[in-house]
Formats: sequence, C-alpha cells, structure tokens
Amino acid sequence: MQIDALRERIPYHGGLLAFFTLVTSLALLTANRITLPAIERAAQDDLKSSLEQVLPEGMTDNDLLAAAVEVDDNGVKRTVYRGTKAGAFSAAVFGFSGRGYAGEIKLLIGVDAGGTVTGVRVLKHAETPGLGDKIEVAKSDWIRSFEKKSLENTPVAAWAVKKDGGQFDQFAGATITPRGVVKAVKEGLQFFAAHREEIAGAAK
Amino acid sequence: MSEAGVAYGKVMRDGLWDQNVVFSQLLAMCPTMAVTTSGTNGLGMGLATTAVLVASNMLISAIRNYVSDQVRIPVFVVVIATLVTLVDMSLNAWLHELYKVLGLFIALIVVNCAILGRAEAFAFKNGVVASAVDGLAMGLGFTFALTVMGLVRELIGSGTLFSQASLLLGPSFSFLEMKVIPDYVGVLMMILPPGGFLALGFLLVAKRQLERRLASRRVPEPASHCAV
Repeated sequence: MQIDALRERIPYHGGLLAFFTLVTSLALLTANRITLPAIERAAQDDLKSSLEQVLPEGMTDNDLLAAAVEVDDNGVKRTVYRGTKAGAFSAAVFGFSGRGYAGEIKLLIGVDAGGTVTGVRVLKHAETPGLGDKIEVAKSDWIRSFEKKSLENTPVAAWAVKKDGGQFDQFAGATITPRGVVKAVKEGLQFFAAHREEIAGAAK
Repeated sequence: MSEAGVAYGKVMRDGLWDQNVVFSQLLAMCPTMAVTTSGTNGLGMGLATTAVLVASNMLISAIRNYVSDQVRIPVFVVVIATLVTLVDMSLNAWLHELYKVLGLFIALIVVNCAILGRAEAFAFKNGVVASAVDGLAMGLGFTFALTVMGLVRELIGSGTLFSQASLLLGPSFSFLEMKVIPDYVGVLMMILPPGGFLALGFLLVAKRQLERRLASRRVPEPASHCAV
C-alpha cells in the first residue's frame, strides 16, 4: 500500500503531528466558542443561587448581580453585592477567604444592613473529605451556626471554636478547618464594619 | 478494518478481572489514590473515565492506519487531552448539574495512564468496535476497582457506605447511603493518602489469594507500560 511507504518518511511524521495539533486546536477553539456563553450563564446562575442562599427571601428587591460595587480593603479589591429594598440599603453579600487545613477556603458571606450575618456558604475548599468538608451545607448544618451572629451580639473572644474558648463547635478530628472558617467570617464582618458607610452609600 | 479474531468474551473478562486496570495492571494510581475516599467518589470517577475511555479508544482505532509508529504517542496524548477538554467544556455548558458533581474528576482523567495504555496496547492494533468494547470493559473494571476501594476506605475511615450517593446519581439512589456503624469515631488515616495504599495492598493480596484458591492455571500477566 502506498500509505505504508509514505508513513516511514520524516516529513510525514512532522506533517501528521502538525495536522493533528491543528485539527485538535480547531476543535477546541470551536468548542470554546460554542460553550462559552452557556458556561458563563451557568456560572452566573451558580452565583445567583449562592447569593440567594446567604440572603433570606424578601430582604432585597433589586438585581444583586447588577449592583456589584468594588471596595478597596487595604489594597485588596473586594466585590460587594449591594442589596436594596425599596431603594434603601438593606443587605450586602461579599466573598471572603480564610486558610483551612489544605489551603484556601472561599466563603460567601451575607449580612443585613446592621452587620448581622444572614448566611454563610462555602464556595470552594480543599479540606479532607469526610472530616473538614462538614463546612459544606450539603454535608452538615454547621455553617448555619453563623446565622444571626454579629460583632455586637458575639464578643470578639467568642469568635473562635470551643476548643479555643469560643462558641462555635469544632468537628471530631478536624479543628483547623472550622477555626479557619470562624476566623474568616469574623474578619469578613470586620471588613464590612470598616466599610459600611462606603457600601451603604454607594451610587444607586 | 478487520474485526475477525477478536474474542469479545476475553476482552470483557480481561477488562473486568484478568487485566483489571487497578488490580492487575496497577495503572492509573494517581486518580485511584486521590478520589477513592468514598464509594460514591470512586463510582463517579470510574463512570467518567469509562465514557472517555470508550471515546478515546474508538477515535485512536479509527485513525490508527494513518498514524506512524514513530509519532503515535504524541498523537495519542494530543487526542486524549483534547477529548477530555471537550467533555469537560460540554458538561460544564449543557449538563451543569452533573458537572458540579463530576467536574472534579474530569480534569483528573487527563493524568490517567490507563487511557494512554489502552490506546497503545489495544486500540492502535484493533478495529473500532473491538476497541469500543475494550474501552467499556476496562472502564467498568476500573469503576469496579475504584468503587470497591472507595467502599473499603469509607467503611473503615468513617463507618458509612456510599455517603452522598444521591448527589451523584440523583435522589432516587439515596437508598444506597448507609451508616453502617453508628457513633463511629472514624479512622482518619484510611481517608488520607496512606489509607489508599493500605487498602490497595490488601485488596491486591485478596485478589491473588482468590485466584490461587480458584486454582487458576493462567500464567502471570505481562508487565504494564507505565504507572502514574
């Protein structure tokens, strides 16, 4: 067969590799173009449903995704989703991260206008499955223990796990993970308190 | 393409047991150790890999007559990486709920040596249909191995079986979820990486013992190509 002879030649090898990389690159390019809008929409939907989880229904009546404001937190830019009800500032949702046992834990924190937690959810983490992953709402209700807590009704010293003299439970076999989450929520509230005026007064 | 001379029964048997990716070829150690922290995770990884394995085997087999031996490995790598990326993007775009559960596993499939191994050892030498069957058999064998390993580690590590199966398979499968030992403290080590090696070691011994017990007259399997 002719192709057998051809296959042994060096240019054939180079040409073949070039051809395959070209075809696969084109396939990826096409797939990227086709899937990008759907992927972005899915990411928006995810964000929206996360936002809804940390804010009780009826607290806001605006489109949170459209009401994002950038706040400068000592050089770190944070996106805050500003909720309003009947035109008045009523709630805010922002991302915050803490250090867990195995890297960063990304949280989404919702607070009402007074700085009381309405809900906290873990967006991303790499904690030990079966131990540290109890911070996920799908696996345990622990994350709900932050609800209705604020810097006013819970003294700074109590923002710690019970082992450290605080009021939040740790998990059997995993202390570092909840410790990191508690610290992150506390710092998140401090961030909100420090920038409350800025967030509340942001342009409508 | 000639499909003559392919014994499908043997292909299935090889994939599921005799040449099981994990228990006999000892391939794909990276995803095996990483995800088998529970039966559900093992099952999810196994099913995702099976789908990619069938597709990559068929594709490699279809192009095998045009690819020269000298550059076949880079071609395999490019084809498999592309395929995995395409699956990843499509799932993310159109089956987003499933993606949220399986997304973690799909990226790991690229580093799965078993797929390259099957392309090299089977698909490059056999027809499309036979390669698809081989991919299916190897994939199911892999799924079986990962699920068993996951269940063993989960049972000893946290005293449950198939926890969160309903997240992967849908609410109708919640009957699979079992808390076998109530108030179990758990053995953390079995969930951490050392537990993976321990579980695999004991399962390998069990398989060898079982085969010996069955008085199998088969000669030992040939060594595999690479281990990742």
